[in-house]
Amino acid sequence: MKFRASSVALFVAVAAVIVFPFTDSAFYTELLAKAMILAIFALSLDLLVGYTGLVSFGHAAYFGIGAYATVLLAPKYDPASLWVVLPGAVVAAGLAALIIGLFVLRTRGIYFIMVTLAFAQMVYYVFHDTAIGGGSDGIYLNFKPSAALGAFRPFDLEQARQQCWFVTAALLITWWFLARLLRSPFGRAIVGIRSNEQRMRALGFATVRYKLAAFTIAGAIAGLAGSLYAILFGFVTPELLSWHQSGNVLLMVILGGIGSFAGSVGGAFAFVAMQEVFSGWTRHWQLLMGGVIVAAVLFLPGGLAALPGRLKRAFGADRG
Amino acid sequence: MADVLLAAEGLTRLFGGLAANRDVSLSLARGEVHALLGPNGAGKSTCINLLSGDLPVTSGRVLLRGKDVTALPNHKRSLAGIGRSYQRTNIFAKFTAFENCRLAAQSRDPRAWRILSDAHGTVALRDRGRAALEQAGLGARADIVAATLSHGEQRQLEIAMVLATGAAVLLLDEPLAGMGSEESARMIELLKQLRPAHAILLVEHDMDAVFEVADRVTVMVEGRVLESGPPAQIRASAAVREAYLGEPV
Repeated sequence: MKFRASSVALFVAVAAVIVFPFTDSAFYTELLAKAMILAIFALSLDLLVGYTGLVSFGHAAYFGIGAYATVLLAPKYDPASLWVVLPGAVVAAGLAALIIGLFVLRTRGIYFIMVTLAFAQMVYYVFHDTAIGGGSDGIYLNFKPSAALGAFRPFDLEQARQQCWFVTAALLITWWFLARLLRSPFGRAIVGIRSNEQRMRALGFATVRYKLAAFTIAGAIAGLAGSLYAILFGFVTPELLSWHQSGNVLLMVILGGIGSFAGSVGGAFAFVAMQEVFSGWTRHWQLLMGGVIVAAVLFLPGGLAALPGRLKRAFGADRG
Repeated sequence: MADVLLAAEGLTRLFGGLAANRDVSLSLARGEVHALLGPNGAGKSTCINLLSGDLPVTSGRVLLRGKDVTALPNHKRSLAGIGRSYQRTNIFAKFTAFENCRLAAQSRDPRAWRILSDAHGTVALRDRGRAALEQAGLGARADIVAATLSHGEQRQLEIAMVLATGAAVLLLDEPLAGMGSEESARMIELLKQLRPAHAILLVEHDMDAVFEVADRVTVMVEGRVLESGPPAQIRASAAVREAYLGEPV
């Protein structure tokens, strides 16, 4: 019963997202794509925070590396091939996560949070203070990458509608991949590690290697999100990997409900929507946003993911 | 003597200046239950932690089937065949009893790193998990979430998980702690059942249980081995009586 209701909800949501670009509102189509990209980003962080038990406060580093890699891999005066820059960004971010993971996974708890933040700040200053990516001004992606495979052109990212659908596909594939990963032997092992790492070691699991793999996968997916972000806006600045961005994605996961993929997607959408609405009202929109987040943590501890269950309990009595 | 699987030679562990274990030697043979007795703070749990690799030794050696495993971290010792349970119940509370055991069995699966196949698709691991549950007497409780099992059942699950890994050496830290008499009796039956195929180290406070099941008893006091021998010798020992048992047994 519950399964069917959530399936229907998912189906309706996906249908709405696919149909939406037909409204021909360039602004809202771009906003929708942005929300979906941040949803991919939030999903990747939830794999760490919600399922592996690793609270990373430097996840923007991999998002930013994916974004910069996309621009830096593209030729200046020609469109790049999507099939080069997208995998390139994923590999670059994954590699960075692998290397940084080797260091940060030696720490635990509050130290892990601080060390992930420190590494992210280091990456931030590399792009902020050197000429690699245009310094603090950032760098432009002059052409949208081309999806052409030889003579065959499956879709065109210059078309806002098709671009939005491409992002939709990326989100759905990421979500499917992560859901599938959680049911795999590897997924069971990382959930076991979050639940009780000591026991996992006693059972013979090399837990650090599993955590490193999860950290790398999460970094790679964040890189995918960063790449799509760079393609969508055609512009990359160091702000993409600042600690604000790491904090924002953590808030999306908390708002949506830690340890729920649907929650992370919902959290990202809610975050983007609030940002949009509140900044239309006042320059001090972050104050309002902060208030909402405090309220959410206080009154809805399980995040948006806990909302259906709560509503059911609240209204269940009427139906008997 | 018998088929010695695990031997400790002169294990010493210092915490600052304090010796939690000093020069502890003991051996565990297949087909024997070796009980480790001692008052609180005698170093019994530390001893298990040194054998399992949860704690590194300050000096001394741990030999598994004659091979030095002292340098191996705990997960590698587990893979080599040393299984342990914990004094305080240490299970995956949100998983079902079955999933606790299936995951334990998965630790032995060389294909455990696959990320896109279904964890429950590997029949051999499911069978192994089920068999361990059955053996520990939890066959009927497989689909119950571990957190909602009774305390006694959780203690059984602790053992079932170790069995699912196929460990030859079982280091059991107070498996009877907090159990009712009926549950204790069942656990003792289980230990007797496991004895022929395993080398068992049993840390336990329940004297009746220890003397019912143990083939060999080592008594520790203040981190040292006070006396080691067959149960009859320990019962008769004046030193043990004075140091620990307090009154004639």
